[in-house]
Amino acid sequence: MTGAGLPERLVELVTALRGHGVTAGPSETVDAAAVAEVLGLADRERLREGLAAALLRRAGQRPVFDAVFDVCFPLGVGVPEGARERDRDLDDLRAELVAALAAEDAGGLARLAGIAVEAFGRYGSGSGGGFSAYEALEKVRPQTLLVRVLAETGGGRGDFTDRLERDEVRRRIEAFRAAVRTEARRRTAEARGRQRVLEHAVAPSADGVDFLVANREQLAELRRTIHPLSRRLATRLAARRRRANRGHIDIRRTLRRSLSTGGVPLRPAYRRRRPGRPEIVLVCDMSGSVAGFADFTMLLVQALRDQFSRVRVFGFIDTVDEITHLVHTGAADPEGLSARIHAEATLSTWDGHSDYGRAFRHFTERHAEAITAKTSLLILGDGRTNGGDPNLEALRAMVSPARHAHWLNPERRALWAGGDSEADRYAEVVPMHECRNTRQLTTLVGRLLPT
Amino acid sequence: MIGTGYFASVDEVVERLAEQGYLASAPVATTVFLADRLGRPLLVEGPAGVGKTELARAVSAATGSRLVRLQCYEGVDESRALYEWNHAKQLLRITAGRDEGWDRARADIFTEEYLLSRPLLTAISGDEPTVLLVDEVDKADVEIEGLLLEVLGDFQVTVPELGTIVAKRRPFTVLTSNATRDLSDALRRRCLFLHIDFPEPELERRIVRAKVPGVDEALTASVVAVVGALRAMDLRKAPSVAEAVDWARTLLALGADTLDEEVVRASLGVIVKHQDDITRVRDRLRLDEALDGAAS
Repeated sequence: MTGAGLPERLVELVTALRGHGVTAGPSETVDAAAVAEVLGLADRERLREGLAAALLRRAGQRPVFDAVFDVCFPLGVGVPEGARERDRDLDDLRAELVAALAAEDAGGLARLAGIAVEAFGRYGSGSGGGFSAYEALEKVRPQTLLVRVLAETGGGRGDFTDRLERDEVRRRIEAFRAAVRTEARRRTAEARGRQRVLEHAVAPSADGVDFLVANREQLAELRRTIHPLSRRLATRLAARRRRANRGHIDIRRTLRRSLSTGGVPLRPAYRRRRPGRPEIVLVCDMSGSVAGFADFTMLLVQALRDQFSRVRVFGFIDTVDEITHLVHTGAADPEGLSARIHAEATLSTWDGHSDYGRAFRHFTERHAEAITAKTSLLILGDGRTNGGDPNLEALRAMVSPARHAHWLNPERRALWAGGDSEADRYAEVVPMHECRNTRQLTTLVGRLLPT
Repeated sequence: MIGTGYFASVDEVVERLAEQGYLASAPVATTVFLADRLGRPLLVEGPAGVGKTELARAVSAATGSRLVRLQCYEGVDESRALYEWNHAKQLLRITAGRDEGWDRARADIFTEEYLLSRPLLTAISGDEPTVLLVDEVDKADVEIEGLLLEVLGDFQVTVPELGTIVAKRRPFTVLTSNATRDLSDALRRRCLFLHIDFPEPELERRIVRAKVPGVDEALTASVVAVVGALRAMDLRKAPSVAEAVDWARTLLALGADTLDEEVVRASLGVIVKHQDDITRVRDRLRLDEALDGAAS
């Protein structure tokens, strides 16, 4: 890398970060340049840490930054050392990998990742070609090496920690997979241009993952953010309540206090207001398409339950049932929550396609008493009725007694009018908000929840 | 010179902090060096017990500068953080000079003699090298952040009666946060950001051995391995470096030289602090099962 190219690289890095939701302005770019000047380019890992310190504002942005950094400031150019020599034999590679995993040889693992991508990850040819981590990992299948690695390390010490060995090896294998992904991105960036890779091949940070397309690991990752998230929201709500406390003077207490200062009211006493703790009712579409979103929101509200006087949760597909008790006990085992809800509650009588109209009608018939003047009602769903009657009347009947009512829709706003979605018509009855990822959900919950 | 200029290189940071018993990882050392060179405040986030406050202490000891600490809490305000007029002394002064005119008295009572300086003003006004630690800034109310902006952005404090006091020598500033509340972007962008995570096993082994002299290598390795496994377990409160050190100390006191079910079960309370977590850990580490096996 030449010195003259550095500003361009930094700008490219910052632009890519912005594209992935990291807010970094020109002043951050200038900071980054100052960092590069102070640290120099000799040590790549130091440069990485330094740039991260200047550009990032939150811990959750780090994975995105690392991926972008690896593309903009690649470790090397071209085919890695050691992958050049000869045609690689898969069995040899796997054997070497076992040895490296057992010995926890970081350098060796990085080299093997390079070889795996070069030898097994190539697809296409010419300018259309590239390198795929998926292809390479499918061939090498490092996850199947677990037993062999364990045999190699052998639980040798006869110690208590041996029983942790399996988890430890799994972590190392996961690290190897990550190294392969990074390597594939680097090679592809060389073959097809950095810009393309920066736009498409960098996974979004956890709070930017779309609920509707999140895979299993991403959902698990999301669940891990629930606790910190609920804590932050609770602090925010509490702070707002405190602020709302100022203002009204309590005459009686002020006069009593003034006795100690000779009748001059030096320290006014303010009236304490009882914090209003609202009731919350959650009505969730539990059909397959939006289940991940409903899951997450239920757990979040559950974690926030001490902020409310009462939380009730209803699930529906084509009919509605109360699932409060399941959510309540389900917090201990969030992964199995969805399965238990489907097994133990009656949510559907037909074929598992959601029917909003029917579900709303059943709700007004059976659970109308759940919604009172103290209730905040949250409806979660994509509003896709599969062609059924939207039954706006029933929705009006649900919404009208409630103090607040909101609809959270995990679909992009642009799609609301299309297909069998009745979202636009429902939006006339109840304010509807786009809620595609945790970032949006956090802002919404913070804003919507009444004090 | 913009920065504080305590350190000449990243390696020197590592070395001098190590002399104070603080083993810095590469990210920590690099960021401390940058904060020193660029003269920017350092915002440190991370789980409890990874040594955020300790870092400020180590820097102050390594550079031989005084440590000025502002502990934030709910309701901390200007008069606790910045400065306050010494009302009692002012009243005395007015009473003592009974016959003089108001103009003289006013000119006199609003001088530095009657100013009680609180941590932020203290850190800025001194001549000697200073490390300013603003601890747990997330506990303070949002209003305080506005106050910090002037201090951290320009290293100056404005007292309406006296004018603006500009730092003669920039303090090396460390802010710590446990992320219970989101800090405002305005504050964040004035700082260098450092997230201290749980250390790599290798570093943690070194930390434990440095903090608990007398613990042998094999036991340290086991302690770090178990603590690492617990962190991966998704507990309510994951054990931190502080807990690992405590545990090693406990084991040493118990006279254990290897880990087995008995010892782990007896001392689990040192590393895991919630009942749910203890149940889950016993379950996952198969502590009870192993015991049944031994009994039968």
